Amino acid sequence: MRYFGMLMAVAVVSGAGHAGLAQSADKPDNISVAYSEDGRYFTEDDVPTYNVADDGTIDWPSYSGFRRYHSECHVCHGPEGEGSSYAPALKNSAVDMDYYDFVDIVVNGRKKVNAAENSVMPAFGENPNVMCYLNDIYVYMKARGMDAIPRGRPSAKEAKSDVIREDENACLG
Amino acid sequence: MKKILALTTAMLTSMSGIAAANSDLQKMIDDPNQWVIQTGDYKNHRYSTLDQINKDNVGDLQVAWTFSTGVLRGHEGSPLVVGDTMYVHTPFPNIVYALDLANEGKIIWKYEPKQDPDVIPVMCCDTVNRGVAYAEGKVFLHQADTTVVALNAETGAVEWSVKNGDAAVGETNTATVMPVKDKVMVGISGGEFGVRGSVTAYNIADGSLAWRAYSMGPDEDILVDENTTHLGKPVGADSGTNTWEGDQWKIGGGTTWGWYSYDAEENLMYYGTGNPSTWNPAQRPGDNRWSMTVMARDVDTGIAKWFYQMTPHDEWDYDGVNEMILTEQEIDGVERKLLTHFDRNGLGYTMDRVSGELLVAEKFDPVVNWTTGVDMDPASDTYGRPAVVAEYSTEQNGEDVNSTGICPAALGSKDQQPAAYSPKTELFYVPTNHVCMDYEPFRVSYTAGQPYVGATLAMYPAPDSHGGMGNFIAWDNTKGEIVWSLPEQFSVWSGAMATAGDIVFYGTLEGYLKAIDANTGEELYKFKTPSGIIGNFMTYTHAGKQYVAILSGVGGWAGIGLAAGLTNPNDGLGAVGGYAALSDYTALGGQMTVFALPD
Repeated sequence: MRYFGMLMAVAVVSGAGHAGLAQSADKPDNISVAYSEDGRYFTEDDVPTYNVADDGTIDWPSYSGFRRYHSECHVCHGPEGEGSSYAPALKNSAVDMDYYDFVDIVVNGRKKVNAAENSVMPAFGENPNVMCYLNDIYVYMKARGMDAIPRGRPSAKEAKSDVIREDENACLG
Repeated sequence: MKKILALTTAMLTSMSGIAAANSDLQKMIDDPNQWVIQTGDYKNHRYSTLDQINKDNVGDLQVAWTFSTGVLRGHEGSPLVVGDTMYVHTPFPNIVYALDLANEGKIIWKYEPKQDPDVIPVMCCDTVNRGVAYAEGKVFLHQADTTVVALNAETGAVEWSVKNGDAAVGETNTATVMPVKDKVMVGISGGEFGVRGSVTAYNIADGSLAWRAYSMGPDEDILVDENTTHLGKPVGADSGTNTWEGDQWKIGGGTTWGWYSYDAEENLMYYGTGNPSTWNPAQRPGDNRWSMTVMARDVDTGIAKWFYQMTPHDEWDYDGVNEMILTEQEIDGVERKLLTHFDRNGLGYTMDRVSGELLVAEKFDPVVNWTTGVDMDPASDTYGRPAVVAEYSTEQNGEDVNSTGICPAALGSKDQQPAAYSPKTELFYVPTNHVCMDYEPFRVSYTAGQPYVGATLAMYPAPDSHGGMGNFIAWDNTKGEIVWSLPEQFSVWSGAMATAGDIVFYGTLEGYLKAIDANTGEELYKFKTPSGIIGNFMTYTHAGKQYVAILSGVGGWAGIGLAAGLTNPNDGLGAVGGYAALSDYTALGGQMTVFALPD
């Protein structure tokens, strides 16, 4: 219910200025939690998403995403996904973009080089520090885009599940 | 490349003592009507003896003419003036314009290199470039992709070009070069990508390699001999590998993207090395020599005369790259040849630049808290080392622990933005950051050409202070004391310039040019340029009239970190967003603004 209230508030305040949210009625819901598994949360379409409990405790992957984002991404995209003079606000991309498109750009990169822009996203497909935490970064960015998690360090978080720990070790090798 | 390598040996053997002193360049540097290298002079004073614009009339200053660079990214460095020609550079794609000052700034030639755009994302923190340098009829450009080109100053034609590094493994360039005698000194960036830093000397005549000195590695790589000292003692064998675990020195960092200085009498060049890779100190045990080090090297051979490692085993990303400013001053009643350096770690160092002796090490921002100070007792085992406060030690607190309230933040109490020195006041004018951080290191793995960071940072204005993120200070280097300090809302990210007119110029991230009284700091003039200023001031004359020029164009680390404003994690839920966001004041755009007094 918390999400619903928050969504409404954002939609009302942002009005026509936020094309991504204005269209969200036609798009599948990529925010709401449909089910959880081993400390990870998913939408009805099996897309990873964040979870904030009533007392403000956030899911482990979102917390992990906070850490990894500020190691790998913030030097271009600015603190907490807010964007910078150099690169766009990822917190909006995570909400507005399809999950699989988001993943594709992180893995393969993207170039916008022309008379007006010199913008290049590198391919992170070979980088375990990004790839092993891609879903974590994605759900943290989505939570930031929805303002479900405020700027700054998240205060309370769920414990890291055994499955997440095992998967992390396997992924980092 | 083959040809260059073959030449190297020949050059090394024939080099000793025959290098002709570049007396023409020294004469041009000494002429205040021109500005021929980025640092103004070899001593990095950024001081001009011009006094047509002075503290009595600077209030009447006005815009004389402007020039749009056509590029939006962060604009660091400054234009040059050689005779009647002004040379203006841009960030990536690294365009160089030659403008005819005798013909209302008409473009004489334009050079735009073709570079693979894949270099863009491996340039940590924006595609800045700190400008071109002039010597012997050539304009030297060091491109983002590490290509060094010598352009014919009159036509813009490429006379030679040489590749200094490999962008595919994260080696890039943001710095200018320093022409000295018959060589041009070239650095490298990429400390966040596990690059091994080096300084390389290329021969001005043909671009062939003369020598390369790495920051860490075997003795033959770091160019040391039995006379190389650290705080008066020989560094001994294997000093570039024996404070690293295994082969970690190969991805050790210690990059060299700052401003260089040179003492012709001693035949030495001075520069600092950057952070060791990664930002997670637990992953690289040992002092990590010679990262974070002041280096004095012979310009003919590259052999180091002395080193001083300021921050052994860095735990906070306090790169040592900031400029070394060379002065002759009296200290404790003795006239000495000094080197003054404002380090990212928040300490202002004064050293004897001949011997490498440490004379002063004091905080130039009172909020600096990671250390209680440097051990100044030559008899002590820890001589020259900073005493680390356990609470702020990200090493002692360990991996996966968030160390809070560390001052300064990783961007340092001062970054590359260069300070100025006035021989008239004997004061240093220093643009500073007033920002603190939380720092949480964690394990990362190395992949060539990928970021190799390993820490999460949160930054915020220094607590319990004036609420701003910067100060512009006047510093006494013989006492190690702040003389006065001007609070600024944002970090001061522009280079300062002092003049014989008793004024000092600096720029702000909002875009203001400010002229202040060199003695008191009193503001005498300000003007808001089109975009935030992270460039450096320069001055020149044309047809007997003095001009002051500055590049605007917000970006760099400041544009990334401050664009959306900083947060205070201690404020908890709901209170964030209270700090100023740079994006509320300025937007992207590269422009040069040239100022003069009314006719």
